[in-house]
Amino acid sequence: MRQDHLITATQLSRDDIEAVLDRARAVADDPAAYADRHAGRVLALCFFEPSTRTRMSFDSAAKRLGMNTVGMGDVDSSSVSKGESLSDTVRVIEGYADALVLRHPSEGAATLAAENVSVPVVNAGDGAGQHPSQTLLDLHTIRENHGLDDLTVGIMGDLKYGRTVHSLAAALTNFDANQHFISPESLRLPRSVRFDLHETGAQMREHTDLEDVIGELDVLYVTRIQKERFPDENEYHRVAGEYRIDAETLEDASEDLTVMHPLPRVDEIAPDVDETDHARYFEQAHNGIPVRMALLDTLMENAEAAEGMEVDR
Amino acid sequence: MSEHELRVSKIRDGTVIDHVEGGQALNVLAILGIDGSEGFGVSVGMNVPSDRLGRKDIVKVEERELSQSEVDVLSLIAPEATINIVRDFEVVEKNRVTRPDSVTGVLSCPNRNCITNADEPVDTRFDVVADGVRCDYCSTILRADIADHIDV
Ligand SMILES: [Zn+2]
Repeated sequence: MRQDHLITATQLSRDDIEAVLDRARAVADDPAAYADRHAGRVLALCFFEPSTRTRMSFDSAAKRLGMNTVGMGDVDSSSVSKGESLSDTVRVIEGYADALVLRHPSEGAATLAAENVSVPVVNAGDGAGQHPSQTLLDLHTIRENHGLDDLTVGIMGDLKYGRTVHSLAAALTNFDANQHFISPESLRLPRSVRFDLHETGAQMREHTDLEDVIGELDVLYVTRIQKERFPDENEYHRVAGEYRIDAETLEDASEDLTVMHPLPRVDEIAPDVDETDHARYFEQAHNGIPVRMALLDTLMENAEAAEGMEVDR
Repeated sequence: MSEHELRVSKIRDGTVIDHVEGGQALNVLAILGIDGSEGFGVSVGMNVPSDRLGRKDIVKVEERELSQSEVDVLSLIAPEATINIVRDFEVVEKNRVTRPDSVTGVLSCPNRNCITNADEPVDTRFDVVADGVRCDYCSTILRADIADHIDV
């Protein structure tokens, strides 16, 4: 990957993805070899929206590369609530750190941040936009279980607002993957994501019933349907209930089906699925460490190479 | 009805924007940032019968020639428009508009949750795609309703 930032999954080529995932494999095989790789460097964790696990995952990945991390504290107590613009905030934080990880409630925030700083920026979620580092660890999990070609993937739940879905769908267009999108009518993929899929000639179909496709799938990626998306609570309970899976749902599935979820789950995957061989969501979450180490390592290496070039000139 | 019957008088120096899609004349003026306070003569003909468009609008602006970026944005709401530059009552240049690759600072993003709609010191930027424009920040696609999002 020769990129300066990771903002959306649409920017990633197959080579970019495979390079990071190869490195993630190397990291997982020999973490000690990476332990001091970026000693003395500082990663800023800029989370303008509550998050525990993504923040902890980046924090842990950075520390395992020898980096230190700095954070913003609670959003409520930081200058954000005093009305400072994101553009100003990241320009200030750039002075404290060698790279930024940004989570923000507005779509496009990471693009804006990257335009305002010269250190690498990783988008750790921008509203209902993208979450590309999650996609890298999702792809790593799929690759370790099935490989990334000749795949049939079902993505289910809130496809409209689910940023992990938008990034994963875009990234899968680099591979020989059939994509099935399963959701209630009101939470279908947004126009912009469908546009990109059509542009790349992706093989995709949309469904309202998991039953229609479950037997064909190699991977089922489940996401949470949130109550806030429905004006009426009864309507939420009725709709969300149709997109829950349990061990019985999976009886029609292929033996090799891998069930994934970006976590946290609430009740969209019943605990009895955990006991089946299909469940890979905890493995998937654990993959966040080697994959984010590989990603940070790559971006820091690119940034250091760019600095070197400036000096040489 | 021929053009002189419209009482849209000939102009001495300036620009005539012809073959604007019917109903878009005021948006054309909005794009040009013209609201009458500038002091130069402006004539507008709306819903004039046209062989090519069925009905069309015409905008004449005196003492003002259009910049390329203004023409670019016009192309989004008036793709059939012709731009006539008039000097001393003569049309000295006649151009069709062409679609630009991107448009900066003119349209507002229809996605209320887009960072360009937060209080940030940033111009909007849209890529021109097959049949619309697309926000460079949040990827939202804007199609038929482009004129509703002109922000000047
Ligand atoms: Zn936008």
